[in-house]
Amino acid sequence: MTSKNKWLSAPYTLWSVVFIIIPLCMIFYYGLTDKTGAFTLENIAAMATAEHAKALRLSILLSLVSTLFCFLLAYPLAMILANMKVNQHSFIILIFILPMWMNFLLRTLAWQTLLEKSGVINNILTFFHLPNINIINTPAAIVLGMVYNFLPFMVLPLYNSLSKIDDNVINAARDLGANGIHTFIRIILPLSVPGIISGITMVFVPALTTFVISTLLGGSKILLIGNVIEQEFTQASNWHLGSGLSIVLMIFIILNMIISAIFDKDGEGSML
Amino acid sequence: MKTAVKKIYIALIILFLYAPIGTLMVLSFNASKTRSKWGGFTFKWYAALFRNDDILKALFNTLLIAFLSALIATVIGTIACIAMTGMKRRTKAVMMGVTNIPMLNAEIVTGISLMLLFISLGFRFGLGTILLSHITFNIPYVILSVMPRMKQLNPSTYEAALDLGASHLTAFFKVVFPDLLPGILSGFLMAFTMSLDDFIITHFTKGAGVDTLSTKIYTEVKKGIKPEMYALSTIIFVTVLVLLLLVNLSPEKKEKNLQGNK
Repeated sequence: MTSKNKWLSAPYTLWSVVFIIIPLCMIFYYGLTDKTGAFTLENIAAMATAEHAKALRLSILLSLVSTLFCFLLAYPLAMILANMKVNQHSFIILIFILPMWMNFLLRTLAWQTLLEKSGVINNILTFFHLPNINIINTPAAIVLGMVYNFLPFMVLPLYNSLSKIDDNVINAARDLGANGIHTFIRIILPLSVPGIISGITMVFVPALTTFVISTLLGGSKILLIGNVIEQEFTQASNWHLGSGLSIVLMIFIILNMIISAIFDKDGEGSML
Repeated sequence: MKTAVKKIYIALIILFLYAPIGTLMVLSFNASKTRSKWGGFTFKWYAALFRNDDILKALFNTLLIAFLSALIATVIGTIACIAMTGMKRRTKAVMMGVTNIPMLNAEIVTGISLMLLFISLGFRFGLGTILLSHITFNIPYVILSVMPRMKQLNPSTYEAALDLGASHLTAFFKVVFPDLLPGILSGFLMAFTMSLDDFIITHFTKGAGVDTLSTKIYTEVKKGIKPEMYALSTIIFVTVLVLLLLVNLSPEKKEKNLQGNK
């Protein structure tokens, strides 16, 4: 197949240059210039203004919290699924992909119905004489929305890397006298690092940059950095400022990519 | 005892993932127009759905873009996978790195970067720009599905076909393609699903007056979602569920599963 390879790689190479590389360069161009086209760092420095810095801090906090929750929920689940050992690989992936066939905005909106003051969850809690929860339009609701939407992106890489661990390795550890906790810390956890890193990346980036979940579940008062950027593009039409703020955001994303490239060289923790 | 705890845990997670879906399905039969009140059982939203041209138009756009973008991405992605097998390690690593950009990058950044590109190229925003964007973020899903299959491929079979007098094209379609097919199909399905569920990138690359279901829902959020939307998503979800059950329960597939190839 080698002789025609150069020609075969042309369509994708061309596509990725035009639609991936050049658009990213455009963000840098717009972010580093002002309306007259002159070079400026103002758009990037704008991140330091009180309003923007507050939005960024809140975004980082909420995305870290939801990444942590996703990890704590997903790791035991992935371990249980991986240990079932039945040939259900595609079925398990299906369970987590299937919800995507119901529109993600509607699914997130449904949480409003569930969380409202007189919503479904509070009705159930009242029925059992338990205290009601009032988290709708608070950061807690946003975290819940993030965990709900991004949990599959944590489960699938973890499940993939955990199910690849050779049983013999675990049995060997047991034979050599390690107890359950010991085996977990010394064997299972280190071997699942590619999955952990990939899961964290897959959850942290969309959580950090979302503007939809905060709009739908946070009321209109809570602004995340995603909301700020979105407004610069769709309402204020200040593309230069929006691009400048995006560049700052990309620093986090690039850091994330580097970390995942270091820990997951062979793509072992991939989602599929 | 321990297995019971495990089963309860799985059940709770599944409840968490599917509770909103159940809620939406219940709402599609709710006679009251507001979300928070149950006004009795009705089919009227299903009837109203088929008279609502706006929603049907958005559905048509959504399906058209999902199908075309998944198809084109599958062709480009599969060809790219074939090309990458013969490449030097370095070049291949660079290409895979570029492939990972749309996967790892934030959707909002991908969305605005494409928006800026289309503006500077002077494109008219509409179905065309949405399609180009969806192809772009779909190609990585295809490549990541096809690549593992490609690695398992035995190059000797292809060479054997050539030795036996097959042309490059015949050899590819008779020998290589059937082996790649499962990866290609799952890549296509994955791409179709991602395109269908996308909101953020569509939001930045669509023109005024052109809507997919996602963008239509987003504009309705403030005014209140039309119950027809719940009816439509229930129909879509149940259709997919039934199709998947049929495919998974068909005897042929079961046999394959028993042979134990993962």
